[in-house]
Amino acid sequence: MRFVDEYRDAGTARALSARIAGLCEPGRAYAFMEVCGGHTHTIYKHGLEDHLPPAVSLVHGPGCPVCVIPMGRVDDAMHIARQDGVIMTSFGDMMRVPGSHGSFFDANAEGTDIRMVYSPLDSLKIARANPDRRVVFMAIGFETTTPSTALTVRRAAAEGLRNFSVFCNHITIVPALRAILDSPDVRIDGFVGPGHVSTVIGCRPYDFIPRDYGRPLVVSGFEPLDILQSIHQLLRQLRDGRCEVENQYTRVVAAAGNPVALAVIDEVLEPRPDFEWRGLGRIPWSAMRVRERYAAFDAERIFAPPGARVEDPKACQCGEVLTGVIKPWECKVFGTGCTPETPIGACMVSPEGACAAYYNFGRARHRATGPAKELSRS
Amino acid sequence: MCLGIPGEVVEIRPDRPDIATVDVSGVRRAINIGLLDERPPHPGDWVLIHVGFALSLIDEAEARAALDFLTGIGRAYDDELAALRASSID
Repeated sequence: MRFVDEYRDAGTARALSARIAGLCEPGRAYAFMEVCGGHTHTIYKHGLEDHLPPAVSLVHGPGCPVCVIPMGRVDDAMHIARQDGVIMTSFGDMMRVPGSHGSFFDANAEGTDIRMVYSPLDSLKIARANPDRRVVFMAIGFETTTPSTALTVRRAAAEGLRNFSVFCNHITIVPALRAILDSPDVRIDGFVGPGHVSTVIGCRPYDFIPRDYGRPLVVSGFEPLDILQSIHQLLRQLRDGRCEVENQYTRVVAAAGNPVALAVIDEVLEPRPDFEWRGLGRIPWSAMRVRERYAAFDAERIFAPPGARVEDPKACQCGEVLTGVIKPWECKVFGTGCTPETPIGACMVSPEGACAAYYNFGRARHRATGPAKELSRS
Repeated sequence: MCLGIPGEVVEIRPDRPDIATVDVSGVRRAINIGLLDERPPHPGDWVLIHVGFALSLIDEAEARAALDFLTGIGRAYDDELAALRASSID
């Protein structure tokens, strides 16, 4: 596997780590936020924090869309799912997210028809096969999944399917980054930018971060060396007094993104004036809703869910984890009351959530006091 | 759900140019390639797949590295593959 070795090579990682250390100014600390759940996964699995100098810390941002869905939206979905004749479809990641009266799995066990699907297109097939039922797809995700929902709605319209709609919970990364930068509690020196979201939106939407907030951002791939290299690029910018958007993941991300995907999103969906994020509160223009033109496919218009705001459980500190104020293991219920099998907060639900990733890969390392481990080559 | 999984395009459906059969770690399934209209893939090309849609063309080196990474993360990828196996896109 020559190709893989190029991305994983432990010797290269050590050399990069040394160069990263060499770029740190004495007496200065650096905090970089990664805003993609896939990056969080890589960081914990490979113990990347052990390969960084003490002056550099990584902050895990709100990059997992399942984790930032507020309980009120789960309750709204449940309200829709319980209507007569409804079949709710959902990605597997959503099934264990707690609402105020349990998760989709719990509702399923009680007889509500909620089915796991791999793709929104699978929901279309269910709708065709069940013409006397109303199929509602629980649409979630950042810009990586948004074009899929939009294209599915367009296809349903083209087919004239009358029993399919989407409950749209798509969110957008840029307003979330702005909200984090506006937060008085957060001190971030730069961002490891999301790789797959950027395949859709490209690199230009991040230009406001260096321009308005004076922080660099490097769009990064998912291999350990990608992330180390991105951190190196961030530190080099800071040392040189530069502040720019750079693309480390050029082998996948085009600067202009995917114009076909952007066009289909714009045709079917429009920005929503206001949306609540778990842990971040209400963020203006941070989510998408179905355009009037496709109103017949909008579950929110069809079923008018109550839209009540629901407070998160008091014990849960997901909000502080999502904004990087605390690390997952500093939450008072981490690993005790809240585990991947019995999550209290959403960060423990998805494998990409910071708490679940840390629980699965990082706990032993955090508690160990021995020397840093070798970069995993598994 | 957010995992991008690489797949090798095996066939473009003759009657449906927006649907391709791909091979992902030995699992063969239909995916939608309509988001790649600007540069449609051909058999032998590798694509990055999210929730049943090809989002970008990738080279073989990237695909193999990503597959190796994904197989190493355990349950999350197993669940994704199981979901792909259960899917039925047309």
